[in-house]
Formats: sequence, C-alpha cells, structure tokens
Amino acid sequence: MLSKLARTASRSRVQQNLLLPSILLPQQPFQSSAVTSQQAAPAEDHIEVKVNGSPVQIPKGSTVMQACDAAGIDIPRFCYHPKLSIAGNCRMCLVEVEKSPKPVASCAMPAAPNMNIKTDTDLVKKAREGVMEFLLINHPLDCPICDQGGECDLQEQSMHFGSDRSRFTEMKRSVHDKNLGPLVKTVMTRCIHCTRCVRFATEVAGVQDLGMVGRGKDSEIGTYIDKLLTSELSGNVIDLCPVGALTSKPAAFTYRNWELKNTETIDVSDAQGTNTRVDSRGVEVMRILPRLNEDVNEEWLSDKGRFQYDGLKQQRLNVPLVKGPDGAFAPKRWPEALEAVAQGLQGIAGNEMRAIAGKLSDAESMVALKDLMNKLGCGNLTSEGGFPDLDADVRSNYVANTTIRGIEGADVILLIGTNPRIEAPVYNARIRKTWLEGTQIGLVGPEYDLTYPYTHLGEGPDALAAMLGGSDFFQKLQEAQHPAVVLGPGILSRPDRDTILQQVHELVEKAGVVKEDWNGYNILHDAASRVAALDLGFLPSARAQSAPKPKFVYLLGSDDYSEEDIPEDAFVVYQGTHGDRGAPRANVILPAAAYVEKEGTFVNFEGRTQRTKAAVPMVGDSREDWRIIRAVSEVVGRPLPYDTTDGVQKRLADVAPHLGKVDAVESPIWLNGEYNKAFAERAAKAAEAFQQPFSSSIKEFFMTDAISRSSQVMARCIQSRKTGHPKSATHPGAFGQDAAAHAAADM
Amino acid sequence: MLRSSAWKLCRVGQKSLQRQLEACSVTTRAAVFVGADYPSTGRGFAANSHDVFGQHRDEKGNTISTPFDFTDANYDAVADILLRYPSNYKQSACIPLLDLAQQQNNGHLTLAAMRRVAMLLDMPEIRVYEVATFYTMFNRSPVGRYHVMVCGTTPCQIQGSDGIYEAISNHLGLHYGQTSPDGLFTLSEMECMGACVNAPMIAIADYSNGVEGYSYKYFEDLTPADAVEIVKRYKDGEKPEMGSRYRSKAEPAGAVMNGKWTPAQKTMPTLTEAPPGPFCRDLGEMPAPEQPKA
Repeated sequence: MLSKLARTASRSRVQQNLLLPSILLPQQPFQSSAVTSQQAAPAEDHIEVKVNGSPVQIPKGSTVMQACDAAGIDIPRFCYHPKLSIAGNCRMCLVEVEKSPKPVASCAMPAAPNMNIKTDTDLVKKAREGVMEFLLINHPLDCPICDQGGECDLQEQSMHFGSDRSRFTEMKRSVHDKNLGPLVKTVMTRCIHCTRCVRFATEVAGVQDLGMVGRGKDSEIGTYIDKLLTSELSGNVIDLCPVGALTSKPAAFTYRNWELKNTETIDVSDAQGTNTRVDSRGVEVMRILPRLNEDVNEEWLSDKGRFQYDGLKQQRLNVPLVKGPDGAFAPKRWPEALEAVAQGLQGIAGNEMRAIAGKLSDAESMVALKDLMNKLGCGNLTSEGGFPDLDADVRSNYVANTTIRGIEGADVILLIGTNPRIEAPVYNARIRKTWLEGTQIGLVGPEYDLTYPYTHLGEGPDALAAMLGGSDFFQKLQEAQHPAVVLGPGILSRPDRDTILQQVHELVEKAGVVKEDWNGYNILHDAASRVAALDLGFLPSARAQSAPKPKFVYLLGSDDYSEEDIPEDAFVVYQGTHGDRGAPRANVILPAAAYVEKEGTFVNFEGRTQRTKAAVPMVGDSREDWRIIRAVSEVVGRPLPYDTTDGVQKRLADVAPHLGKVDAVESPIWLNGEYNKAFAERAAKAAEAFQQPFSSSIKEFFMTDAISRSSQVMARCIQSRKTGHPKSATHPGAFGQDAAAHAAADM
Repeated sequence: MLRSSAWKLCRVGQKSLQRQLEACSVTTRAAVFVGADYPSTGRGFAANSHDVFGQHRDEKGNTISTPFDFTDANYDAVADILLRYPSNYKQSACIPLLDLAQQQNNGHLTLAAMRRVAMLLDMPEIRVYEVATFYTMFNRSPVGRYHVMVCGTTPCQIQGSDGIYEAISNHLGLHYGQTSPDGLFTLSEMECMGACVNAPMIAIADYSNGVEGYSYKYFEDLTPADAVEIVKRYKDGEKPEMGSRYRSKAEPAGAVMNGKWTPAQKTMPTLTEAPPGPFCRDLGEMPAPEQPKA
C-alpha cells in the first residue's frame, strides 16, 4: 500500500501536467464489454473536475474517487472494491468538495462537471483520523499474531492516515468466530464490516450464504446458522478482506508475509490458466494468490488452484524407482533407471509402443515425448481423459473462440453438456457477470446449480435435435447480436461425439453464432495440458488404430488412463510427480518436477499461451519433464536435437508458432464450416446419438489430478461438502471457541 | 459439558463487570443483561433487544429441523399481505410476514419460521435472517405471553422511567431480559417508541391468543403505581385500555413529575397563549459596531 502510494504519487505529477487521454485512466467498472473498454471514449463523454486545484478529465458517470484516482491521488478505502458494487459504509474515503457542507464519501459520490475536490485539507485529515479512530475502537491489537499483519489495509492506512492516539477507554467488543468451512479462517473480532465478503459472495460467487446480522455495535458478518461457504471461489474473500478477519485456514500461523518470495506464474488446476503468484519460503510453497489479469481471471482464483498446494508436499516421487523381479520398487540412481527404460524398450517395435500425456503435462515435455516416440517409430500418442480421434487440424474446433473476456459481450449463451461451475469456476463467474448484465443463458445437460438462473432445455442429444426443430430459446439465439455456444469437455469424450458436434454445427450455422466480427463457438476444457496437446498434435497417428497391443507404455504424468490403454504384460514407464495411480503400475518410475518447480508452457482453453516459473526447487532427485525425456532419448540412442529450455521452446514455436507468443491469444480462423462438411461423412458412420444425457467430465471438483488428490485440504473440502455443515457430526458446543472445538472443526 | 463450562467462564467475567458497574448509573446497571434462562455474555447492549446473540443456537423447539407453517387462516393473511406489493418485489413483504409468524408463534421467531418466510418470498435465507436480527421487535428466543417493554430513552428517563422499571421489576421479580417462571411476562427495555410527549411510557405486546388476540399497546403518562396496576390487570386476564392514564391525548393538561401526575399550572406555558419569554434577540438587527479599545 505504501509503495503503491509512492507509485501513484509519482504518476500524479505526470498526469496533472499532461492530461493523459482516457485510455490511460483506470478501468471503469461499468464498462463491461471488452470491445468498449478498449476504445478511448470521445471527448464529449468526458467532464473536467479539479482535484486539489489541478484539472483532470474523467469519463461521465465517474465517481469522485475515480476522479482522484485519475489525478493520481490515493484515497484511503476499505469497503470500495472495483469489482464489487459500491457500499459506502466504511467512510474512510471522505474528501472535501467545495460548496458541500460536509465531507463526502468519494466512492459513492458521482463527480459533477467543474467540481472542486480537495483531498489535502485539514477537514479531510480530521475526517480520516476520526473515521480511523472509530474503526479501531473495536479492532483488537493482535497484529503480532495476525496472519494479515504486514499486508493489512487497516494497519497501513492507520499508520498513514490515522491519529497517533485514541480517546476510547471503554471495553472492546468481542465476536464469536464463524466456521465457514475448511478453507476460510475467521477471527470476527477483527472485522470492520466493510461487507466486501458479503458482496463478493452475493455478486461474484453467486452464493447467498453470507450476510450482516444484528445491528449497530452488535452487527456481525456471518451465516446466522452454521453454514459452509459453498462456493468454488470462496478463497477470494481472503484476498478481499482488508483486515485479518478472513484468512487462510490451511496456512494459518505458518508464515509472515515479508518472509515470502513471490513468483509470478500460472495455475494448472484447470484449463483457465489463471494468473497466480506463488509465495514460497525456502523449499516450501506457503500460499498461492491470484494476479490481476482482466483477460483471463480478473482478480479471482478457484479454491482448488489456491489451496491444493499442500498436495505438492505429499506422496511426492523424489528418487527414480525400478521394479525388481519380486515386484518391489528399489530406489536407483538416474543412470540405472534410464538404463532400465532402455532395456524395457529393447526389441519392441515402434508400433508396439504407446505414450499417454497427463493432465498437467507442459508443452515442452509433450513435444519432447512426441519427438522421441516419432523417432522410435511410434505414433500412438494420447492425452489422457481426452478424445483420441478428435480432429485437431482445425484450431477453431477445440478452443474457446470468443475468448474468456469476449464472452462478456455475448447476449445469449447456450451451454451444452457442461457445468462450468466445476470445470472452470472463474470462467463461470464471468458468465454470471454477463448474466447480471442481462444475458440470457440456456443449458442442455443435467440441471446444475450454476449460481445463476438459466433456461433448462433438456438433458441429452434429443434436446439439441428439438432445438434445431425450432424452440423459443433457439429463436432467441437467432435473434441475438452476439450469440455464444459453450460445449463442455464431457461431450468430446462421448462415443457419439461426431453426431453431436454435427448437430451443434448445424445449430451454429442456423443461429448465426459465427459472424464476420463475432465467433461464438466455444469449447471448454478441464485439463491444463489439453489445448497444448491438441496444438502439438499429441494424438494417435492414422496407423495407430490398427497397431497391435502395446508392449511398452510411457506415462507422462498420466494417472487417469483407462485400463484398456495398458495391457497386463506391457512394460510401463511412469514419469511424474506423485505416487498416484500410474506409479504403482509402472516398471520404472522417473520423478519429475511439479508445475511450481519448473518453467513450462501451457495453453488455456481460449488458446492463450502462458508460462509457469519455478518458485521452489525441485524435490529430491526429480528433474524437469522434458530433460528426463531428453535423457531417455540419449540412452536409447535417438538423441533429441535440443539441450536447453530455449532450444525446446524454439522447437515448440516451430511445431506451433503461437506457442512462442507468450501471454497472447492467436485467434484461430473459423474453418469449422468447411471442416464440418468434410466430417459429415464421419458423423454418418459414427454411432447414432445415444439418448444418454450429457454429463460433466468432472465428478469431483476438489480432486481432479495427482496434486489435488494428494492434498489433505482438498479431502477436507470434500468431507465438509458431504455433510454440508462446517463442523463435524458432533456439534462441539454452542460456543465452539475452545481448543477441542477448533480441533474438531479443523479436521 | 463444554457449554456449561463456557457459561461458567462468562459468569465469572460478568461478576467482575458488575463490580465495575457499581459506580455506574442505575440505567447503565439495569441495561446489563442478567440472564436466568439464557447464558449471559455480560455485555451491556445498546440495541436493547431481548436477544443478545447474532448467531442461531440450537435449543429445544428451535433447531434446523423444527417444523413451522402458517395456519390456514394465516395463509389468508399472507395472501392479503402479498397483494400489497408488486409480484416482482415480493421481498417487500418480509417484515409483515415475519411479524405475522411471530404473532402466530407465541411471540418469537424460530429458525423454521424465518425459513418459511424466505421460502414464501423466494428470498435467500440469510437475507431474512438479516432482517430478523436487525429489528429488535423480532424476538429470536421465547418470550412470555405478555412482553413488557419499558422505554428508557432520554425524554422518558427525564420523566421517571427508572422508577417505572424499578416498580415493575420489583413487582414481577424480573430484570431486563428475563421471563417470569409462569411464562406470563418478559421484561425488556426498548429504545424510543415515539410517545415522548406523554412520557414515561411502556408498551406491552400480548401474545396470549395468537394472531387474533394479538395486541401491541402503549401505556402513557405512567406513575410507578399505574405501571404495576397495568401489569396486575394483565395478569388477571384483563385487557387494559391503552393510551394516557391522565389525559385524552397529548393536550397540555399536565405531566408526570417525580412519580406523580401534576396538573398544568398557570406558570406552565401552553400553546394557547403568548409565551412568557425570554425571547430570541431580533435577528434582523445589525450588531453595534465594535468600539475600538482605548
């Protein structure tokens, strides 16, 4: 905060002199669509106000606070948050406005033309000191044991804007802590009632669980009854809380924030590619926070991405293991293990091999494995949980063409066979946001609680057919300016996929989902590696269909393979991070680095290339995935032509040029129309549409891959969701404050 | 076990608080909740609600599984209430429906009653809880058949509400927040009920006979003896008349002073004649220029 102040102060001088155009002004929350917010508004949409005597131009409809922000003057605030509705209840942002008898709350006051705003007068100073004194009346002095200490808005703003003494000599109140579940720890006495958490839960997460109960000095934030905060985005209230009332329960008392090293990376728990910051101390990941990226995740991060990091410390493979003749694994050194792989490969023909890439594999390791297998004469490559025979030649066929931010511009959205709430929770918040702005949403698939109302159009393929025959919703889709269709990953792994895609394409064509300046066809993916695998063509070759049963299987972090993929007698190499499902089946286990320990390229479901960075050192003897494959290639006598990370990334860019353009989305050319005609034949040959209803590809949100399955926190989440009650079955007394109750609640 | 030990802890805390309060005024002391039926947290409460907690606690007859539904007759009343509001603003009926539920449910709102209201109005439950916990006239724990509320706000206090409280308290043997063992009376303090002109006053809510028999009566211009008499008549099953004890409305006929009705005297100003002064200076008059000091 203090550094931010310094930054904004330096910026203010520049802006005051130059009157920068509006494009450099802070984002206006009411400009929703991606298209409008990027355009500089014309001058007649602007008004001029004076902030501390300097004129500043701001868009019409801005608040006084936005005017001050535009002038580079930092207004202290607690309840105001640009992503939430304006509450105006903390009163910290009081400023003086000429001709106004009282100081005004700048966050809620619309700026009027020629308004003369003053933020550096004695009145403002006194107002801020007064508000701060009241806020601190009931705030405990437990900063030394508070997890928020050091990054607390209240702490910093009281240092900066508060008085150095208080006139309050009475007793401070105390409030019972609420149990919101296994993720969010509450110390409600610290709460200053900014209601950011309530507004987040109500507006963004779409769960009506939190509220402000009671009145006056007895008011409390809570659920009134003991109720779990049942959102996949609940961890974000921790970031939003300006004080230490809501903190991370799994990370409680484990760090002070100034000890942490920050590494800006991305999340791989789903295919969204949420931008995150991994905070580590020494070799340990202490917490994961979201980074602001308006194009991908705004400011949010799913609970799985935020809290699964304890899985990085459990069940890790830290030394190469080779299965002996007695069936027991013995730890080996790397050369011995690689030798064992070479031996396993001996005498096996190229078409008797298979490679399966896992959900968390980075593009580097997949391109290296593809190159190696191709050199060995093997084309039988699959990406687990994927769809072996999907045609990946046309990129518009497997990405979210509208882009994540672009979906905000849609006016009618049809969800087909998807539950975005668990497949991509942050994306679901984005859809909810468009719904709040009036977008109509329809769903074909089982009914889910998506946190927003939708028109339910049926459960299975028959509903699609019925829509094509003409229905109210289809008409809405046709009439919409920017209609969008979102297909879930569950559809792509169905045996009748081609027939369904055929129907969807017919619908897309009839409803005009793809127009000259609008592509509303979206495929949602549930695994971080999926799009990169399709981009790289990590798919079975044409001949792989007729190949004999594989005798050698290379599992690249794959734990969700199907049993028939690995014959009983096959020699299996498992290269991965965790002793999950794949490792015990393997003959040789090669320990690899997890996503926080290496640089890796991932492509999210809108086709955005992003890279992880190493936040912590690798565990034990483990190595980066692509380096292990490079080493294997050396041992089997088919060395790969790259030795450095730069080298393999160059190879990536050769195979798929957009993989070289980090943080950019290359919008694919829409070829599905042509493509669709070609594959109409395939659809005709393929199975007829089952009447089996669609289903989400994810059965359990909190456990989808090796890391989250190893996480105890995720296990606790599942347990508490099952009971629906934050406490265990035995209710630990009404007060719930003593150690026994805490222990029971923390289990 | 945990619960009882926690109560004990609270009582210890409360004793020390009481010691501190010895030096405080009568009102402050009276405002401290001395619980008999309910554990006390020992805090003085500004909201003067009968309930002292902002969190539901499971009690006999008030758990998440306790059933509650409006009676058929009351469903007619529900329908009437809903008719008052546009159908897309049904939640406007939240307070009237909670009030109805409270009347039907012997004067307090159970969790189930709040849930029923939420269900009828398509509101999230927490939004109904927020309303029910905000307003002190909604009781979230059981009250007696007659809920006696003594106004303790400044005008009533000046006119002797402390004496009213003491008289009723001695008569019933109850402190604020307590319910008599026979379940007839609950004594509470209320904030200003807007009858200051006839201070001191009390209000009594009658939950003895469901929604039909429900009444919420103001008794004004009370002497301590009057207050006790009213409570006695309630106890005998009578329905005392509401309003002032000594005048028809709020005419300047006198006032309760020092616990006695004192009729208006000639020296007391009334609105029917010119006020006796002193008056404000003539605001239009220019102040005399200041003489320079010698």
